Amino acid sequence: MLKISKLHKSYPIGDSSLHVLKGIDLVVNDGEMVAIMGSSGSGKSTLLNIIGMLDEHDEGDYELDGVHIENLNEKKAAVYRNKFLGFIFQSFNLINYKNALENVALPLYYQGLKRKERQEKAKFHLEKVGLLDWAHHLPNELSGGQKQRVAIARALAANPKLLLADEPTGALDTTTSYEIMEFIQHLNDEGKTILIVTHEEDIAHMCKRIVRLRDGVIMEDKIVEQVRAGQHV
Amino acid sequence: MFDLDLWREILQSMNKNRTRSILSGLTVAFAIMLFTILFGIVNGLVNTFEEAFVDDATNAMFIYSGNTTKAHKGLQAGRRIQFKNEDFDYINEDFEDKVQYSTARLYRNVNASFRGEKNSYSLRAVHPDHQYLEKTLIKEGRYISQNDLKNKTKVVVIGRLVEEDLFLKTKALGKYVNLSGIQYKIVGIFTDDGGDNEERLIYMPITTAQQVYGNNDYIDQINITYKPELGIDQAIDFGLDLEKKLKNRFSVAPTDQRAVRVMNMAQQTKGVNQFTGVLSLLVLVIGLGTLIAGIVGISNIMIFIVKERTKEIGIRKALGATPRSIVSIIILESVVVTALAGYLGLLVGVGVLSWVGPGLEEYFITNPGVKTQIVFSATVVLVIAGALAGYVPAKRASKIKPIVALRND
Repeated sequence: MLKISKLHKSYPIGDSSLHVLKGIDLVVNDGEMVAIMGSSGSGKSTLLNIIGMLDEHDEGDYELDGVHIENLNEKKAAVYRNKFLGFIFQSFNLINYKNALENVALPLYYQGLKRKERQEKAKFHLEKVGLLDWAHHLPNELSGGQKQRVAIARALAANPKLLLADEPTGALDTTTSYEIMEFIQHLNDEGKTILIVTHEEDIAHMCKRIVRLRDGVIMEDKIVEQVRAGQHV
Repeated sequence: MFDLDLWREILQSMNKNRTRSILSGLTVAFAIMLFTILFGIVNGLVNTFEEAFVDDATNAMFIYSGNTTKAHKGLQAGRRIQFKNEDFDYINEDFEDKVQYSTARLYRNVNASFRGEKNSYSLRAVHPDHQYLEKTLIKEGRYISQNDLKNKTKVVVIGRLVEEDLFLKTKALGKYVNLSGIQYKIVGIFTDDGGDNEERLIYMPITTAQQVYGNNDYIDQINITYKPELGIDQAIDFGLDLEKKLKNRFSVAPTDQRAVRVMNMAQQTKGVNQFTGVLSLLVLVIGLGTLIAGIVGISNIMIFIVKERTKEIGIRKALGATPRSIVSIIILESVVVTALAGYLGLLVGVGVLSWVGPGLEEYFITNPGVKTQIVFSATVVLVIAGALAGYVPAKRASKIKPIVALRND
């Protein structure tokens, strides 16, 4: 599904540059649920952004679902993002003037689907996250957990191959965090490949594999026994 | 090409971000409104000016005589200069290549009566050319003719208001009117754009008047028009030359301002042209100024809008929006808002003009208004400016990496 080798990335800071990723090798197979951990500055978010094509790498190879990702122009990147990837952010990133249903339907708009089809699919995914009754509410009328569920529904709407979550529980309290994690685990059970960036140990242990980063290199990559979030709720 | 979904997106975005839409709309509406009003007022000024000259031919010259104020060639001051038929002929012959129309005038006041109705009127005894000089419009019948002059026929042409006064409900044409004891046949009725006074006049062949009033060949005034192919400066020279020659003919001092006077409209026309030139410049400055103010305003707002939407742009890009779709959504929104607002501004501006317009006549502003075409072009300029002003930041925003845009919390 995902193949990364000798990946480098540095950011210019004034005259010098900051070497953030120093040769990352990572392979993720279909159906995996991987936590990427590390303290702040370890490069975990940068890695996720490169995987998500939100940012570009300087050196190395990146292959996603058999497609070589390099020298993408903006248009191609947009198409790939839409086709392959679903994003879940810490700060939800819903469009605040669109209601829940419209937010979920937005990636489908960029897929070029007809309005009616978009509505139906969006409704289906909203129902899946249990928020169909809230379809016509604006984001600021929803709780944090509800917003994240709308965001998950939106990420799923385009039926992506890979789900990328950047600190998905970072802005939520523990109970809500576990609810969200339980939901994400369900998605993984259904076969979705999921990558989660987190710095919380308990969240990481709800995944099946933990990759630890420090100073731009992978320190540790191990398979763990998954803790079911449902047990805590 | 028409993308219903795109328009739906734009309308929603406009509708849900009302403050933003109203703010940018207001700038454009205000600019167009100011543009319309200022333009209308200047146009009103021009109208007033033009109206003041609408009555007479703009290429006219009026030649008057009076008493000499200076002794000259052994003749005393205070001598009365009297034009005669020979002077009229002299002008026509000596300046044949420059004179277009010419007429003499003899003024009298007459008491006119028809059946029981009586009134006094000014009488002008003239040549047939007078019709063109005064821009007299014949309503019924005909004007004074060359035949009338030759035969000294007792005919008159009366103004519309004379007919109203004296003839009440009956038709004046063909009837006989009594002027100070003599019966004249009415051969024509005229109207004149110069106002009521001009329509309370009676015209008579000059030869008839000369015979009736004193049996001489006296003339009170000579009016001519110069040929239009003469330029303004040539016409002014012609007027000066004519004055000089007439003064010489009557042995009047060249510096005598009273004895022989030539009032040349060419001189006035030159003044009018200069004035309208200045006004046009003013219009240009006002128009450009308002437009620039509007362009600056809409540009600022567009930059602000793109800044405000950076995060939304990031989200859209993360969800698969192409740069093109980002740019088009911002530009189209800007175009829709500015076009609607421009139209609104035009309506308000025109409304204000027609509301206060009639009250402005005492400030020399007549019938202020604007050509829709001009305001339309102004609106188009603003719409394009808004689109361009939005394009640059939108293009830049569409190129921002989504991650940068999303970090911008």
